[in-house]
Amino acid sequence: MIREPLIFEISDKGKRAFRLPKLDIKAKKHVFEGLAIRDEIQDFPQVSEVEVVRHFTRLSQQNYCVDLGIYPLGSCTMKYNPKVNEKVAALDGFAQSHPLAPADMVQGNLEIIKLVEDYLGEIAGLDAFTLQPSAGAQGELTGMMLIHACHQARGNPRKIVLIPDSAHGTNPSSAHLCGYTVQEIKSNENGTIDLADLSERMTEDVAALMVTNPNTLGVFEYDICKIAEIVHAKGGFVYMDGANMNALTGICRPGDMGVDVIHINLHKTFSTPHGGGGPGSGPVGVKAVLEPYLPIPRVEKKDGAFVLNFDRPNSIGRVRGFHGNFLVVVRALAYMLSLGPDGIREIAEIAVLNANYIRKSLDKDYHLKYTTPTLHECVFSDKFQKEFGVSNLDIAKRLIDLGVHPPTMSFPLIVHGALMVEPTETESRRDLDMFIEAMKQIAREAKEDPEILKTAPHYSYIRRLDETTAARNPIVKWERGK
Amino acid sequence: MSYISLSDQDKKEMLARVGVSSVDELYGCLPEEIKLKRRLNLPEALSEPELIRRFECLAASNTYADHISFLGAGVYRHFIPSVVDYLSSRGEFVTPYTPYQPEVSQGTLQVIFEYQTLICQLTGMDISNASLYDGAMAAAEAVLMASRLNTKPKILVARSLHPQYRETIRTYIKNMGVRIEEIEFGDCGGIKTADLMNKLDKDTSAVLLQSPNFFGVVEDLKKFGELAHEHQALFIVAVAEAASFGVLEAPGKFGADVVCGEAQSFGLAPSFGGPFLGFMACKKEHLRQLPGRIAGQTKDVDGKRGFVLTLSTREQHIRREKATSNICTNQALCALRATIFLETLGHDGLREMAVQNMQKAAYAADKLGKIEGVKARFEGRFFNEFVLEFPRDVGRINDGLQAKGIVGGLDLKGYYPELANCALFCVTEVHTKKEIDRLAAALKKVLR
Repeated sequence: MIREPLIFEISDKGKRAFRLPKLDIKAKKHVFEGLAIRDEIQDFPQVSEVEVVRHFTRLSQQNYCVDLGIYPLGSCTMKYNPKVNEKVAALDGFAQSHPLAPADMVQGNLEIIKLVEDYLGEIAGLDAFTLQPSAGAQGELTGMMLIHACHQARGNPRKIVLIPDSAHGTNPSSAHLCGYTVQEIKSNENGTIDLADLSERMTEDVAALMVTNPNTLGVFEYDICKIAEIVHAKGGFVYMDGANMNALTGICRPGDMGVDVIHINLHKTFSTPHGGGGPGSGPVGVKAVLEPYLPIPRVEKKDGAFVLNFDRPNSIGRVRGFHGNFLVVVRALAYMLSLGPDGIREIAEIAVLNANYIRKSLDKDYHLKYTTPTLHECVFSDKFQKEFGVSNLDIAKRLIDLGVHPPTMSFPLIVHGALMVEPTETESRRDLDMFIEAMKQIAREAKEDPEILKTAPHYSYIRRLDETTAARNPIVKWERGK
Repeated sequence: MSYISLSDQDKKEMLARVGVSSVDELYGCLPEEIKLKRRLNLPEALSEPELIRRFECLAASNTYADHISFLGAGVYRHFIPSVVDYLSSRGEFVTPYTPYQPEVSQGTLQVIFEYQTLICQLTGMDISNASLYDGAMAAAEAVLMASRLNTKPKILVARSLHPQYRETIRTYIKNMGVRIEEIEFGDCGGIKTADLMNKLDKDTSAVLLQSPNFFGVVEDLKKFGELAHEHQALFIVAVAEAASFGVLEAPGKFGADVVCGEAQSFGLAPSFGGPFLGFMACKKEHLRQLPGRIAGQTKDVDGKRGFVLTLSTREQHIRREKATSNICTNQALCALRATIFLETLGHDGLREMAVQNMQKAAYAADKLGKIEGVKARFEGRFFNEFVLEFPRDVGRINDGLQAKGIVGGLDLKGYYPELANCALFCVTEVHTKKEIDRLAAALKKVLR
């Protein structure tokens, strides 16, 4: 196989892939006067256009992706990204518009923001949404700040945020960034929040509970209304991590179960592409009591036209520049409009059916720590395979040989050796069966020929990589002669 | 439209295998009282042709792109070579997740590694991360990083830093026990040295300034870097117009500890403000405090070179509340576009683009400055933006220009009360001489 070099290694002095029109005014030397002007940018690439095209085409072929096949990363909702959404987001009217343009020149954009805020409000059962946060983690931070601001206005911002031990790592990290101390809530034998532990910890020092529902095991917090009552009784807020909203759209609404604040990942539930790690979008929805604190500006309709309102004295301010990842929002709107109310319910139903089909098909081959019913994902572990010295990492790497992307590994932390599977509604039965068959083959190999798993992958572009050395002696850029 | 791949027969057989009679039964684990007993109140589903028509109408009600515009202020229109759209649209780049499984993600990982190298070359720094959300958030993360590296209570921020960056910093640090003080700008448009010297003291953790600054003016990084370091403060340089790297000396040459900002200029359209590309680079001794993903080089079991995400013990999925940042998803696809853009422009193309920006902006400033009643507000040398002062309110002048198909400069009075009657103009390589001359002629008429 061709090993694709780094672009710096194929660069030759004087090559070009691009030329601007000639300067149509007279160049003047004095524009540089008194400024520190740089010499040559050492080792900056110089290649031809065809070299650029082949370089990136070859690199692309070393990636697995949703367009190739099942990508059952739990918690990531790797669903199909409709191509028409890309097409409409690329329209010049959107892509070429400047965020500081006068409002009367960008009425279409402002209408889109308003529509998406309203539709998400209907889907989540909440009163107002902001689309400014760039991704889920920034949504969490925004949500925490809203809660902080509201408590502050009531006289005491409080000190603690409660988070279950099954939560995403971003939850404690976001709460901490907002100045809160994190206390962990234990999971009970069902993998859900231990109500006794919650009641004990829920004091008037607690600003909020962050809860993921369904949680990272795929289990719905059956007692969510009771949980909300316990938190509200002490004046706290319920924050819901909406990463798993794909299990619930059109079925039930967080606002109806006592949730006060939520973030939703448009790049999960609403099909916008993950792009190899972004851009995402993490809109935040709130009950009316928190609405005054939302980031500025807000889109409002006044005398039949959309305007931006910056005059909101209680707002937490901005969490980033301009209006968020707008073109991601455009794609999400296209998705909502193409599905309609029935289609949006159907994605949840089929996601849950697909996940349960996988769970039922593999529950003899792989250990399930929690036998509680699950919705859109299920978490197996490597407990059975450990007997033969095979770990979840070996299972994951062998899946690569068998042509499917591995599930999320080693998360949630409450399941040792976890393999978290989320097929989404995208997969056909044929693809689900292919994944199931691959997993069954691996379970057999663990017993009969564990070595083949421990040395996997065998057929990929590159084999198992030494991550320890990478961290110990970091090489994080190319340098000539190194 | 539906994107589901199961036939009715599939569903029936799958339900049978699961051992339930309907999907509703699978939702038996939800309390009955919270279930939605009605359809969502959303518009009915559209077919693909209907959907496209709907969005074409929405796009058409944005009239901005029909005008010649001179808006910049952190968002720049630069030519984007065709290969950028073509290559970055490949499903293999668009539809994977964060490269957690390196053996099937070498494409994304090598791109990040090349991106990090390019950012280091441009900024003159040792280490770059894989991207942040945008310039404003990158500036806020830089402030948080500085307060971890140098735990003194005060951070000095130039008032000539982009107003939205300053607002974002204020939001991020609100509950973190750090204090911000602002440094004034002088008649040159750059930082007022005396004000900086007054405010620099033993409590100062870092000095953060933007260059070219919000007014387009290039700051004296050498002088301010030395001043910051004399007081054991970190020196942070923000760059909102990354095209300037093509011609201006790298901030790393002046001892910057952290260089952060916005790289939208590298292959991303104005996009109504996002998705953009926040970048951050630092000296190698600060590596462990750098937020965000980092790709690193290593070898596989056969000794072949490969790339992985590395140094993840800084990150939230390992360190939880002790992480350097809460960031998870970042802007990988935007970083890919920037990488393709930079490698296509290459050394000479980037320089040529940067020089054309400077020349055309200088031509425009000169031409407009000669109009009666119009004058340059600042004396300092600038990159591709400059501030003009008018005899009356900018709002009315811009209305007049708009009627002639032109979007004028950004009215500054809402951002800087002392700059009432001032506007910030941006001219890049995409503006032709003819367009600049048309602006001058229109302005002359409007002011008459």
